[in-house]
Amino acid sequence: MKEFATWALDTAVARGATYAEVRVMDTRQRYLSTKNGQPSQVRDSQSLGLGVRVIADGSWGFASTDALTRHDVDRTAALAVEIARASSLAKKQAVHLVPEEKILDNWVAPCKIDPFSIPVSTCLELLLKIDAELRAVSGVTVAEAAMDFRRIEQLFVSSLGSEIYQLKTQTGTGYAATSFFESEIQRRSYPNSFGGQYQTKGYELVEELNLLQSARRIAEESVALHKAEQCPAGEKDIILDSSQLGLQIHESVGHPIELDRVLGTEANFAGMSFLTLDKLGSLQYASDIVSIVADATPAHGPGLGTFAYDDEGVPAQCTPIIQCGQFVGYLSSRETAAAIGRQRSSGAMRAEGWNRIPLIRMTNVSILPGTWKLDDLFADTDDGIYMETNRSWSIDDRRYNFQFGTEIGWEIKGGKKTRMLKNPSYGGITTDFWNSCDAICGPQYWTLWGTPNCGKGQPMQTMGTGHGASPARFRKVQVGVAYPG
Amino acid sequence: MNLTRQRVEEVFDKVLKYSTAEETEATVSANSFALTRFANNTIHQNVAEEGASLSVRVVSEGRMARASTNKLDEASIRQLCEDVLALARLQPPDPQLLPMPGPQTYRALGRYFNETAQLTPQTRAETVAKVLERAEKDGLTAAGVFSSGAGAYGLFNSRGMKAYHEETSSEFSVTMMSDSSSGWAKKTAPYWMELDPTELAERAAQKALASRQPREVQPGRYTVILEPSAMLDLLGFLILDFGGLAVHEQRSCFTGRVGQKVFGENINFRDDVFHPLQTGAPFDGEGIPRQRVLLVEKGEVKNLVYSRQSAHKLGAQPTGHGFPLPNEYPEAPINIVMDGDRSNVDEMIRSTQRGLLVTRFWYIREVDPYKKILTGMTRDGTFMIEDGKISYGVRNLRFNQSIIDMLGQIEMMSPPQRTAGEESFEMVVPAAKIREFNFASTTKY
Repeated sequence: MKEFATWALDTAVARGATYAEVRVMDTRQRYLSTKNGQPSQVRDSQSLGLGVRVIADGSWGFASTDALTRHDVDRTAALAVEIARASSLAKKQAVHLVPEEKILDNWVAPCKIDPFSIPVSTCLELLLKIDAELRAVSGVTVAEAAMDFRRIEQLFVSSLGSEIYQLKTQTGTGYAATSFFESEIQRRSYPNSFGGQYQTKGYELVEELNLLQSARRIAEESVALHKAEQCPAGEKDIILDSSQLGLQIHESVGHPIELDRVLGTEANFAGMSFLTLDKLGSLQYASDIVSIVADATPAHGPGLGTFAYDDEGVPAQCTPIIQCGQFVGYLSSRETAAAIGRQRSSGAMRAEGWNRIPLIRMTNVSILPGTWKLDDLFADTDDGIYMETNRSWSIDDRRYNFQFGTEIGWEIKGGKKTRMLKNPSYGGITTDFWNSCDAICGPQYWTLWGTPNCGKGQPMQTMGTGHGASPARFRKVQVGVAYPG
Repeated sequence: MNLTRQRVEEVFDKVLKYSTAEETEATVSANSFALTRFANNTIHQNVAEEGASLSVRVVSEGRMARASTNKLDEASIRQLCEDVLALARLQPPDPQLLPMPGPQTYRALGRYFNETAQLTPQTRAETVAKVLERAEKDGLTAAGVFSSGAGAYGLFNSRGMKAYHEETSSEFSVTMMSDSSSGWAKKTAPYWMELDPTELAERAAQKALASRQPREVQPGRYTVILEPSAMLDLLGFLILDFGGLAVHEQRSCFTGRVGQKVFGENINFRDDVFHPLQTGAPFDGEGIPRQRVLLVEKGEVKNLVYSRQSAHKLGAQPTGHGFPLPNEYPEAPINIVMDGDRSNVDEMIRSTQRGLLVTRFWYIREVDPYKKILTGMTRDGTFMIEDGKISYGVRNLRFNQSIIDMLGQIEMMSPPQRTAGEESFEMVVPAAKIREFNFASTTKY
């Protein structure tokens, strides 16, 4: 890796780059899935390549290749410089970066059990056991289960003299039961929807989740939903389970704090943000019990947003975002930090692969736990709905107006969790919603969820982000909004 | 991009040399891609990439696996062949697994243009500079992309099937923003000279200027005129439902509805990769020739699409719409052509007493998979129509709307056109005037 990276760096600088960075990445993935009693996907993939990002004539250029010969690496580095010079044809001002230190380091994310060392047959055996358990429930029409393992190895070098090696192992797993009855499709998932739980861990995550134990209940709920009452429409108190609250944070806090959105560079695609610069330090984003951080440090936990250094060579940090309800921080790059007069980047630049530039991405954007016990929260709620496991999500391109649906809901009446409700949904305006939060459950309920498929940028990049959350209550929220009256 | 049919054959010969599986399929692909991105009236991102990959699928004793790499040297190919066979042998057999298909015949499709493949960063930058000048003329802020690329792939198997396709692509997308409004336009084409960035910039600018100081309107049911991009991004949510296995497994909104009139009398859909405004290869992920399929005629769901494996399971004929195996969602029509009519957006506006004109939608998600209720927001140019004229821009609205119901409420349509959006791949679809489209809430801009 180092040989390729050094060639590219030397060529870029020799061609006139005033700043250059090179990432060599080697990514391996194994995806295993089963469906209705049979292995469905059994596939491995590996991708190795190199990307060169430079500043020349005051503008950015980037080029990448997977042809790792001296000739091709030199050609790619020269192309990056040529592209930067072309960019300067439509330049308003030269790119300015906040300073960063030279760093020499190696970091390997903790991984107790290498998932690639587990025989495929062992993984499939567990998935097929889960599958059988799901299909043992009459009314389940589709049973699906999957495991997803990734090993991401990368070397970053820059013209600052930095040389950073990082190795991460990520594991994802989950399953779902789908049930069709009359004119309705219902679905339940475990431990989360859209792929399950993902963390920067090894196969130990699969063992920790006790997948098989919950399969029967999940299947039964998918069938029982057909006979449940429709979620009512109107104003209710809602309690969100931790996975749904994690996605709520992702969409209505994580994305709007990305400084590239705020400054307009995502305006054509991913959108902008309501968090204009005047709101920093002055906006009451949430009620005063809410504190949210963007924490990439390993101390925060094994999230998909955990690393030692971002893809600009900036050390991982814990950035306060909301402190006791006040909006206090953005996610930044070296360039956007300079644009708003900061002294240092918050270290949130991440690239999907060797052929993509780094973008400002969420790290682990997490709500700090409160003190409530979940049963006490139910007991304290007179007329509400407990909503579990995301089913749909949508938010406007400045992140004000959101609407979510969940797979299942439970009516709370007079302090008791009572009947099941189907097709739950809720919606609102971001700051109104967060200011209605009046209770957050304690650390014993706090889970660091992984969102493996966050899309942003052109060309599109998919990135994994982390979101720690405990169940929380929000007062007087519009529910049942997704179904036209 | 240096991939040629000859190079694919060379790589495939090496795969065959090292594969000891009963059956072997190899997909060799290569692409080059470049993109210039602008915002705040300056280029802020300019990238280029090139890459190649080899994906090998083997079948051994009724077991199947796939492995991929982007290392195409002999040692890596040999290792890949050994690894994929080991993967296959570690799973239980599938009694329904079919042998690989033999040689097929394909209709040639010319969708590769040297002018696109050779587009330079300088030309992209100069084009963007003209668009930025247009923005500044009216004090607008422009953001967008100008991209171009070329790709080729060959899909060969040990039973003698040899499929090869190459194609170029280009895209220009622009958002123009005033202090209180925005407008957007986008086009894609294999031949970049068809993009006409200047016209797109003008259209986006006019939308931004016309929707300044947008007013809030009450949510509710409105007559809407959806421009083609808005139609496209809704219709994209139907494609997986046309899969034969999706209906069989009762996860499609067409479960129990095939052969029934589901939509209005004026709704006709077909899948047609050979349509002159379409893109793509003449074969599917297993190398089966793509066929034209009539999906919906006069509102009735007439046919579904089938991969070879699904067709075998369900007693149907394969239609050439399969995804690469293995895949739990095996097929979908991806070259949709929706018939339109002879109207145009101006006529639709003139015929509307009170309604909304929608440029595009954003963040569309499925709320209910069988009723096919979708939610999402309007974006970049939403206008109130009163007494046959555009009156003013309106703040963006959230919709919750069954698209099955929506396709029964279409009153007027334009001729279909090749259309690009952000939530679906390109299709050939019309603009449409639709009654009683349901908006549930508003936002603050």
